[in-house]
Order: sequence, then structure tokens, then C-alpha cells
Amino acid sequence: MEIYRAHVLVCKGTGCTASGSENVMDAFQKEIDKRGLSKEVRVVQTGCLGLCELGPNVLIYPEGSYYCRVKAEDIPEIVEEHLVKGRIVERLLYKEHLTEERLRALTDIDFYKKQKRIALRNCGLINPEVIEEYIANDGYKALAKALTQMTPQEVIDEVKKSGLRGRGGGGFPTGNKWQFAANAKGDIKYVVCNADEGDPGAFMDRSVLEGDPHSVLEAMEIAGYAIGASEGYIYVRAEYPIAVKRLEIAINQAREHGLLGKNILGTGFNFDIFLRLGSGAFVCGEETALLASIEGRRGEPRPRPPFPANEGLWGKPTIINNVETYANIPEIILKGADWFASIGTEKSKGTKVFAVGGKINNTGLVEIPMGTTLREVIYEIGGGIPNGKKFKAVQTGGPSGGCIPAALLDMPIEYDTLVQAGSMMGSGGMIVMDEDNCMVDIAKFFLTFTQDESCGKCPPCRIGTKRMLEILERITNGEGKEGDIELLENLAKSIKASALCGLGQTAPNPVLSTIRYFRDEYEAHIKEKRCPAGACKALIHYEVVADKCRGCGLCVKVCPTGAISGERKQPHVIDQDKCIKCNSCFDRCPFGAITKA
Amino acid sequence: MAVIKSIEELEKIREQAKDLINLRKDNETKTRVVVGMATCGIAAGARQTMLAILDELKKRNVENVIVTETGCIGLCKFEPLVDVIKPDQPKVTYVNVNEEKARQIVVKHIINNQIIDDWVIPNI
Amino acid sequence: MEMVTLTIDGQKVEVPKDSTVLEAAHKANIRIPTLCFLKGINEIGACRMCVVEVKGGKALQAACVLPVSEGMEVITNSPAVRESRKVTLELLLSDHNLECPTCVRNLNCELQKLSEELGIKSIRYPGEKHAPRYDDFSPSIVRDASKCILCRRCVSACHKVQGVGVISPNHRGFNTVIAPVFDLSLAEVACVNCGQCIMACPVGALKEKDDTDRVWQALADPEKHVIVQTAPAIRVSLGEEFGEGMGAIVTKKLPAALRRLGFDKVFDTDFSADLTIMEEGSEFLERLQHGGKLPLITSCSPGWIKFCEHYYPELLDNLSTCKSPQQMFGAVAKTYYAEKMGIDPSKIFVVSIMPCTAKKFEAQRPEMNSSGYQDVDVALTTRELSRMLKEAGIDLSKLPDEEFDDPLGISTGAAAIFGATGGVMEAALRTVYEVVTGKELQNIDFTEVRGVEGIKEATIDIDGTKVNVAVAHGLANARKVLDRVKNGEANYHFIEIMCCPGGCVGGGGQPILNAEERWAKDYREVRGNAIYEVDRSMKLRKSHENPAVQTLYKEFLGKPLSEKSHHLLHTHYTKRPLYPEV
Ligand SMILES: Cc1cc2nc3c(=O)[nH]c(=O)nc-3n(C[C@H](O)[C@H](O)[C@H](O)COP(=O)(O)O)c2cc1C
Ligand code: SF4
Ligand code: SF4
Ligand code: SF4
Ligand code: SF4
Ligand code: SF4
Ligand code: SF4
Ligand code: FES
Ligand code: FES
Ligand code: FES
Repeated sequence: MEIYRAHVLVCKGTGCTASGSENVMDAFQKEIDKRGLSKEVRVVQTGCLGLCELGPNVLIYPEGSYYCRVKAEDIPEIVEEHLVKGRIVERLLYKEHLTEERLRALTDIDFYKKQKRIALRNCGLINPEVIEEYIANDGYKALAKALTQMTPQEVIDEVKKSGLRGRGGGGFPTGNKWQFAANAKGDIKYVVCNADEGDPGAFMDRSVLEGDPHSVLEAMEIAGYAIGASEGYIYVRAEYPIAVKRLEIAINQAREHGLLGKNILGTGFNFDIFLRLGSGAFVCGEETALLASIEGRRGEPRPRPPFPANEGLWGKPTIINNVETYANIPEIILKGADWFASIGTEKSKGTKVFAVGGKINNTGLVEIPMGTTLREVIYEIGGGIPNGKKFKAVQTGGPSGGCIPAALLDMPIEYDTLVQAGSMMGSGGMIVMDEDNCMVDIAKFFLTFTQDESCGKCPPCRIGTKRMLEILERITNGEGKEGDIELLENLAKSIKASALCGLGQTAPNPVLSTIRYFRDEYEAHIKEKRCPAGACKALIHYEVVADKCRGCGLCVKVCPTGAISGERKQPHVIDQDKCIKCNSCFDRCPFGAITKA
Repeated sequence: MAVIKSIEELEKIREQAKDLINLRKDNETKTRVVVGMATCGIAAGARQTMLAILDELKKRNVENVIVTETGCIGLCKFEPLVDVIKPDQPKVTYVNVNEEKARQIVVKHIINNQIIDDWVIPNI
Repeated sequence: MEMVTLTIDGQKVEVPKDSTVLEAAHKANIRIPTLCFLKGINEIGACRMCVVEVKGGKALQAACVLPVSEGMEVITNSPAVRESRKVTLELLLSDHNLECPTCVRNLNCELQKLSEELGIKSIRYPGEKHAPRYDDFSPSIVRDASKCILCRRCVSACHKVQGVGVISPNHRGFNTVIAPVFDLSLAEVACVNCGQCIMACPVGALKEKDDTDRVWQALADPEKHVIVQTAPAIRVSLGEEFGEGMGAIVTKKLPAALRRLGFDKVFDTDFSADLTIMEEGSEFLERLQHGGKLPLITSCSPGWIKFCEHYYPELLDNLSTCKSPQQMFGAVAKTYYAEKMGIDPSKIFVVSIMPCTAKKFEAQRPEMNSSGYQDVDVALTTRELSRMLKEAGIDLSKLPDEEFDDPLGISTGAAAIFGATGGVMEAALRTVYEVVTGKELQNIDFTEVRGVEGIKEATIDIDGTKVNVAVAHGLANARKVLDRVKNGEANYHFIEIMCCPGGCVGGGGQPILNAEERWAKDYREVRGNAIYEVDRSMKLRKSHENPAVQTLYKEFLGKPLSEKSHHLLHTHYTKRPLYPEV
């Protein structure tokens, strides 16, 4: 095997691919070939580093230098300076938001320092298309250990003892689920991986699949061994072409190496894995809908019980786990349940991956130990709120989670604390909102999503969420009526109690949690016909404050409808009939003479 | 590649594959070899020096060594310059390192922990 | 069977281990409202009407799909449960075209009934309604999406009972509709017009194509000689529409009612059922004795015929070429009867009263005009007749007994049993036996082919020849039999297939029973038993003994399978596609 003195890792996750990492990688290879360095410097593709916003991202080892927003034009300079002369190209380094300091290594940046990477251990480290790189980093060692040193029951016990809970939303103890399936009678059983990831803005599972597909395969095999299954299915959304491709490559490589198929590692254990592509309906992520979809039926939930552990795929006992849940398994088997259980809190063990977005400086993917506080994630890892704005709330749990206000920022992130706060862990969405976000509007946004994605099977969800949405619409349009809040609460309560599946049962959460913490905003809309955040267009209007207006006319120039008029150097006025509330004049006025209220 | 038929074969492949990713892991705990590679160094044959180091490391199957390059440090007459930095030990700088010297540095200093005093930079 | 004990509303109930909470409550005489639940057909927990509280559970659970477990504690009547049911029902009503007085299901509607039962006083959550779609392109079935509550009972009926599956949920969320793929019309897809979806529907979202106006018009036209035929299964079902019990026999009330409506002659499809046996029995013997295509499969159920044309075209040659009794009647009426009575056939208007929606399609098939005119002008369902009678102020139960008219009103018991599954087979066997052996049949009751078992098989010894017969009703059952035939796994000589469960007594044009009535009693069995009761009460019980049929052959047709018979009484079939051709 060749020894290289330097590795250039180019991120080829979905984000960086979209921003052009393919070209960057080609340019590196060409430049390195041109300079005759191809025996010393290796160019490697990796999966997502979690900072997609800044892509294309490049890491150069052994220094671990982190270059972001790299363009093909930058490559000759990086090769000349860094790879030939050993001088780091400062201008392309990642810039810390708070300090403006340019940091050399990925591991130095705040975004990374507080993270603990278990599920993402290989993401951005190995080339996901080369099975040897996975093996080199202890890949398939856990499988070997399970198959030769542990009984199936010992595997289950280890997972139970680790305290691992499902990362797909519900937080059900993974070991218990495996135990149910192991106990269920049946000669044929299945292992299913839920890679549907329908939450808007979420890409935790995608990153694992793109950056470390073998860890999921290995974990599914371990699960198969534990419950006595010999077939696995990965249900992955078709909108993830890179993840699908990497999975296909990984499955083929594993088969070629005898790590999938018959008599794995000479132990007599048989297991194979097949891909099923999902059409991208959010509800297909619900486990019974997902199973229906794999079977070729319309992706719709059905009542449970019977649970899939007893009657799953084609009526056979089936375990279904989330991608991230599986990604933890090999580490648990290798390093032991005690190691895993030492991370996190009493009731929530290990780490959780979050996709942090919204009004926050560092958006991206972070893996943190359970128990980290929201404040740490938002301020220390996320770098706080941009443009000096005030934090208002953070929404966790995807479209069916809730909004958590500033007063609860020091709450540790755990399954149960989040639920108590009216939200949930969900699959790991985290959207930060600042003072400009109207909480009624936010609730409406999420409900619009769930309403669209409802499968339409049961009336509470199909019609109930529609009615809630209609009420929110009238509130944000200034047509709210006395009693609307109570109507919303009552309807929400009933939907939560009676809907058939998790989608309907959680759809009211964004509304309930915003009413709980921001009732005054609802009341302002309804009683005063006022949107305190200035976000609901129907409720705001723009005016020129005569005292402050210097008559510069800049607003006149930007107004798309010619709504502003006035003599030069005289206070201007806005014709309310013409104004379409585009906010341009407000942004433009250098004297702050335009108000919206 | 062929089918992996046993745990032993898997371990063998792991051993062979280690170097694939070694460079990206736990670099704080590894020995660093820094070769001066500015224009002057390259003119003085630094590339051959570096290739020799890499070759020797490979031949002897040495792990946990990082080879990097650096720019001109203003001591052009001593080029090629090679620094060896072992974890928790002070930096040792060798001067006028040709291919042959380079191979010996690998064997004596890096593997056997014996600093070759004669080649170390004079105190000027 | 292992039993478990649970507590419902404080009351201990012991039920078999695989029961649902709904069944357990039923046993304890505790009423839980249901809407999407249709016993044995649609048990999917969709409508959330039947929610109950289970001690220790967070959310409410749907009793209709919730398995019982030992020691379970269920509350069916807490404030939370009642409120939830009310909210759900109000939501359904808020998205419903609530025009009860003009609705075909007014006073026979499960939604209406529930709303009354749960004491709905107002709809707290009014709002936008889903897009109304009205599909009346099919000659048999009309879909009115504005009334659909998406309970999916029709979907299960079409998929599970009929093995057809042309309707299913389309789109998502508030826009979900139950419709054929791509929102096509039922007329464009491989729907067999059986109407089982209508029978399953709790509301007025599915109904027959109403043809009563055309009949009223004909009756009012002095130029027209309007005659009517009533199918065998009507006489055990029409009474239900007038408050008689399930399966009440109203054979003699029918002529009285129809005469009062103004029909010029009141005839009986039973007459042509006997005629069918003469032709089909002869066809069977012909094929059996001369190496014709076997098994022979009966052809009197038009839903089944269309099913075969779409789904089993390779078996079309196995179908009997005999027209159905309805069509034989029409062809004979506009030729033989017209001639005999000296009436211009173009002035004859033939109405049939059928248990069946598929008969509407059948009457319109282009090949059904061997008299030179459309043989049957209008096929009405039992329900349409009942509406006409009500509109005319005729109360069936208060009418005197009357007889059908001559000559097309004369029939035997063999014809009557056409209305129940196995009946055609039994009627054919009675005649075939006596024709072949020349001996009188000692026991004319072939009970092996009776009853509601989905598939029935028997081997009949006809003078040393062993004849293997099979009987299937409900197309999902038919599929099983046909697959066996296709795969060479069965050696049948003669197969009876009826499209609808129970045969025509369970036809898609029959009085609609709500889910509760269907759970309480098996209407297929009750109405079927009544059919056999009719048979027993007849003086003549074998088709070849029907004097009017004998006269028809003597005066007009010659003999069974004669050239004239072939022209008037036999037909051919067309392979039809599974998907619309574009
Ligand atoms: C509407 C809805 C959508 C869901 N989407 C996903 C999803 O995209 N990915 C996922 O892993 N789990 C999803 N779930 C949760 C799954 O039903 C299931 O609980 C999970 O896959 C179990 O795996 P875990 O125990 O490893 O979390 C969803 C649940 C609901 C109700
Ligand atoms: S809750 Fe919503 S998504 Fe779930 S079954 Fe009901 S309609 Fe479908
Ligand atoms: S930009 Fe401001 S100051 Fe200038 S004219 Fe407009 S309102 Fe007045
Ligand atoms: S908000 Fe837009 S449309 Fe209204 S006055 Fe300002 S610039 Fe013109
Ligand atoms: S379906 Fe029922 S509730 Fe709806 S309009 Fe008809 S009768 Fe009324
Ligand atoms: S008429 Fe029969 S085949 Fe057609 S949709 Fe209804 S149930 Fe299905
Ligand atoms: S048409 Fe009738 S049976 Fe079918 S889903 Fe709608 S309401 Fe239910
Ligand atoms: S895709 Fe490159 S950092 Fe996420
Ligand atoms: S959910 Fe039970 S009756 Fe509909
Ligand atoms: S038409 Fe359905 S069985 Fe007669």
C-alpha cells in the first residue's frame, strides 16, 4: 500500500455537490497530476462534514486544515502553497463568526469543539465508496465480534444496557424493540431501516448514508443476527440520489467481500440487504406506512397494535429503526454498553445529531451529547443569532414539534424534557427564530406542511388540521375572532387524542406550544389586529415619520409601485392604497424614518 | 477483492488498510517529519529527500508518522532541511539531508529513537 | 379457543382471545358508535368514531381494531371520549354536502343517524369543503364525491369482496378522494358495475344511475305498450323497503304494485330463467357429449361477464353463450310476444326490475338488440322501483295478492332459485338429469350447492357420468376458482359464477342495509333461505315442466339451440382492457 504524505478530502455530500465540489475535486486531481505529486498526495471524496452552507468544503491532512467555499480557481494556489510549500492559504480558511479569527483546523472551530461524533464518526473522515477505508477504521469489527463472541441474546442485552433510544422520533428503547421481535414467533423475520427522512430541512440520515453507508449495513446485520432475520430492507427517499448511489456501491462491495450474503465471515450467518426507493411523502416515514409502501401499497399508516415487531413486513415480525439509530450500533457493540451509557443523561444516553438552521450564524449538522443545553447548541456551537437580533424561540422535532422560548434555553436536550416543554426530539430538526418571526405565522407554516402531508385516512387529521389552519389564516389576516384561541386548543386536544397515527397526533404541537408560550402574540393579532413581529403582511402598514424624514428620496427609488411621493428635502408620504408591503423602503431609508406597525 | 472468509482475513485486511486513513486520525500523537520545500529546498533536492523518506517509511511499514513540507525558513545553505518532531519531545532539525541521510534518519531516529547528532543543525 | 377477561365500563366481559374491543362491547350490550367499520370487510380503524379510553394509554384507541387483552380496562363513555367523537363527527359534517332532503340516502344514512345519536346541535368548525366531483358517465354507478366521507368501505368491497379494486384513495391530505386512478371515471376503468360499492357505502356518495324518469315517461305515453319483468331476487327483498322484515316474501304483492303503477302487462323474469335452463342445459349436454369446451361457465350475471372480459379473457370460450334471463325476456317480448299479441314491437317498452346495477350496462350492450330494437329498454334496481312506488303512494304491504300475466309470467321453482348462489346450477342439474336419464329425479334438492360458503363443489352422478361442478359467488371467490381452472388444478365440468356475494339476493341494486344490520344478520343467508322457501311453495319446480316455455318452443323457437334460439337467445363476448387505452 502506498504511503501518502497528504490527503485532500473533498466533501461530496449533497450540499457540497450542489455547490460544485465535483469540479473542485477534478481540479485538485489535475493540478496534483500536473505537478507530479500524485504519488505523495491523495485526493479523497468524503461525505458531509455538517457545514454544507459553506461548501464546497475541503480538508487537508495531516494538518486538518479546513477550507471552505473553495472554487476551482483556488486550487492551483492551494496546491502550490499548501501542498508544495506547506503554507496554509489563510484567506480560504473558515472564519469564526464571533471573533473573526481564521481557524486552521476543523477541530479547532467552535462548531466542532463541543460536538461528540459517534453516529457521524466516519462522516468526512473516510471515502464512503471504498470499503477498505471503512474496514480500516474498525469497520465490520463489531459484526465479527457479535457473530463470534456473542449470542443473539447477548447482543440484545448489550443494546438494552446501552440505553440507546430510537433516533427517528419516538425515542423507543431500541433493545426492547429488538427483544420483542426476537421473542415473536415466526421463521421469517425482517430488519428494516427507515431512511425516509421527510422532515423539511433535515439531513441527518442523508449525511450518514452519504458519508458512512457501511455503518448502517453493519448494524442491520447485527440486528438481523440478534432477532434471527436474514433479510433487510432500506427504505430511502428517491430524492437522495447520492445516498442511494453510495448505498448501492456499499451493498455491492459488501456482497463482493462476503460481508453480505451467505455464510458471512465463515460463521454460517446469512444476511442480505435490499434497497427500496420512497416517493418522498412525509407520512411514508411512519413505520406502518413505510412497510405498506415497501409492500407496494399506498403509503398509509394503519392502527397499531399489532406492532411491526409482531406483524410487520408481509405480516412477519420486523424491526424498523432509523438510520442514525443503526449508526450507533457498531460502536456500542465494539466499545460496550457501559461506554455508551456514560455519555448523555440518566434517561437519554449517547449523542443526537441535529440539523441546526434558521436565524443562527452557523447552520449545519451537529452531533452533541444528550444533555447539552439548548443555549450551548445555539450560542456556543451555532454562534448565536445573526445581525444582533434577539433570540425568540427554537423549534425542535420537525414539523410536529413545538417552539421553546428563551426562558427554557438552559434546558438540557433530552427526550423527556423536550416533551415536557411541549415539543419533542423528533428526528433532529432545530430551527432558531428571532424577534422578526411571528409565532402565529410560524405555527401556520408548520401546520400547512403537516396538513399537506396528511395521508387523508382519518378525519381528525385530514379535516381537523385543515380547520385549525383556516383559523390560523384568519388570525394572521386580521380576521381573528374572540374565542379562536379556545377553538384552536379544543380542536388540537381532540386531534391529538383521536388521530390514527403519529402525524395527526403531533400535528397540533406547533400551535399548542406557541399558544402556551406566546399567547400574547395571538391576542395581539385577534384583539388589536396587530402583528408584534411585523411579519403578517395583512396586519402591518408602513408610514413615514415626518420628523425623521429628510426628504432624500431614496425610498421613492426603491418602491416598486410608486407608492411614495414628496418634495425633495420635505417629509414624504406613503399612499396606503398603492403600498404592497414589500419592505423595500423600510430597508433602504438611511434615517430610520419609515416605520412598520 | 476476494471474499473475506474469516475473522482473521478481515483483520488482515484491516491491517493493510490502516494506512489508507491513518493520516487523518489522531495526528496529535504522531511523529511529524517536516521537509523544507521552498524554491531553494527543491533546487537542493528536497523532493528526492522527501520521496526517500516516504519510501523508507513504507518499506519498513512504519505507522504514525506524518510527513509534511514547509516553506523557506531562511537557511538556504543548509537545505534540504528536515525537522523530526516526536510527540512530547523537542524538535530536531537535520541539515543538508540527501536521500541516503534521509533513509538513515528514518531508521535511526524515527524507528530507534537515536538522534543522529552529527547531522543536526549547528548552533549558529 | 383461549378466552380473556376484560372490563368495559366497569363490567367484566369474557371473550375469545382474538376479539376486538368492539366485539367484546357488543357482547356486553354496550353500544359503541361506528362508521367506517363493516364487519369482515372494512376493519381499518380509519374514521375514529369508535374511540374509547384504555386505562394506561395516552391516546384514545379505535375499538373496532383494538385487540382485547387480559385485564384490559376500557371506558367507552367518558367526557373525553364523547367530546372526541363529537368533534370528529362535526369535522366530517363540516366537509360534507349536507343536503339531506334531496339525497338518495335520506333517512337511510349512517352519517345522519350518528349525528342524531350523538346529539350534534351545531357544527363548531365550519370551513372549506373538498372539491365536489360528480361522475355519472357509467351507465350503472354514480359517484358524488361531495357526499363521500372517505370511510373506504367501498374500497374494501371492491378490492376484497370483488377482487376488482378499481377505486382507491387518490391524492393526500384534505384533497384525498376515493376514485379510480388518475381521477378517471368509473366508465373508463375496469369496473364491472356490480354495485357492491354502493351496498357498502354508509352515505349517498355512491348510488345507482337513476332511470325512473324514463319509466315514468314511458308509462305516461299512450302510444307505448309498457311491460315489466321482475327478477327472481326481487320478491324476497322489496318488502324490506316497506318495513317488512329481512327476506320477507312479496311475490304476490309485486304484480299488484306494478299494475298500480300503470304497466300494461306484468311479467316475470322467472319465465325466461326457465328458458335459460332449457338453452344452457342443452348447451352443457352438447359440450359434454361432443367434446366442446369445458368447463362450461354460467353467463347470467352481467357483472361476472364484464369481469371475465376484463380479467380472464382467456376463459371467454368457456362462457355459456346463453344470454341472461333479462335479455332473453326482452328478445322474446319484442318478437314472439309482439307477434302473438299483434303489437308493433317498436311500440313495446320493456322495463325490468333487477337486483342489480350491472343489468343497466347489460341492457345497453350493442349486441343486445336481436329483436331489431334494444331488447330491454330500461333496467331498474329494486331501490328505484321502491322509490317509484313510494312516489305513487303505493304501500306494498297493504296490497292484495295478485298473479303475473300470461304467458310470460308463468314460471317454476327452478327459476326462482336463480336468485341465490347455487340456484342456476341446481336448476340446470334438475333439468339435465331428467333429460339425460329420462327418469324422474327423486330428490330435487341439491343442497351441496346451496348456502353462503364462498366456493362450493360437488360431484353429481348422472346415470353413471360423474359431473364435477363448482359454484362461486363474489368475484374474489370466483378468482380462486378461475385460477385453479387456468392452472389446470381442477377438473370441473360446470361452474356457476355469480358476481355478487350470496348471488342476486345480495346484488348491488338491492335495498341497502346499514353496517349494524349486516353485522346482526347475514342478509345473504336470510334472503337466500327465502328464495328456497319460494321454490318449495311452487307446484312446478323444474324448468322443462314450464308449460309456457314448452308452448314457446312449440309455437316459435322449435327446440333448444335451434337457429332461432341462437339468433335471439345467445350472444358473444368481447375482450376488454384492464386499463383505459390512450
Ligand atoms: C409522520 C411520521 C413520519 C416519520 N418519519 C420518520 C422518518 O422520516 N424517519 C424515521 O426514522 N422515522 C420516522 N418516523 C418514526 C417511525 O414511525 C419509527 O418510529 C421509527 O422509524 C423507528 O425507528 P427508531 O426507533 O430507530 O427511531 C415518523 C413517524 C411519523 C408519525
Ligand atoms: S393521522 Fe393523518 S397521516 Fe395519520 S392516518 Fe390519520 S390522516 Fe393519515
Ligand atoms: S428615504 Fe427616508 S428620509 Fe429619505 S425621503 Fe424616504 S423617508 Fe424620507
Ligand atoms: S413597502 Fe414596498 S410597496 Fe410599500 S411603500 Fe415601501 S417600498 Fe413601496
Ligand atoms: S349522505 Fe346522509 S348526511 Fe349526507 S346528505 Fe345524504 S342523507 Fe344527508
Ligand atoms: S361497481 Fe363493483 S367493480 Fe365497480 S367500483 Fe363498485 S365495487 Fe368496484
Ligand atoms: S364512497 Fe361511500 S363507501 Fe366509499 S369512501 Fe366514500 S363514503 Fe365511504
Ligand atoms: S455536504 Fe459538504 S458539508 Fe455537508
Ligand atoms: S375507526 Fe372504528 S368504526 Fe371507524
Ligand atoms: S348480478 Fe350480481 S349476482 Fe346477479
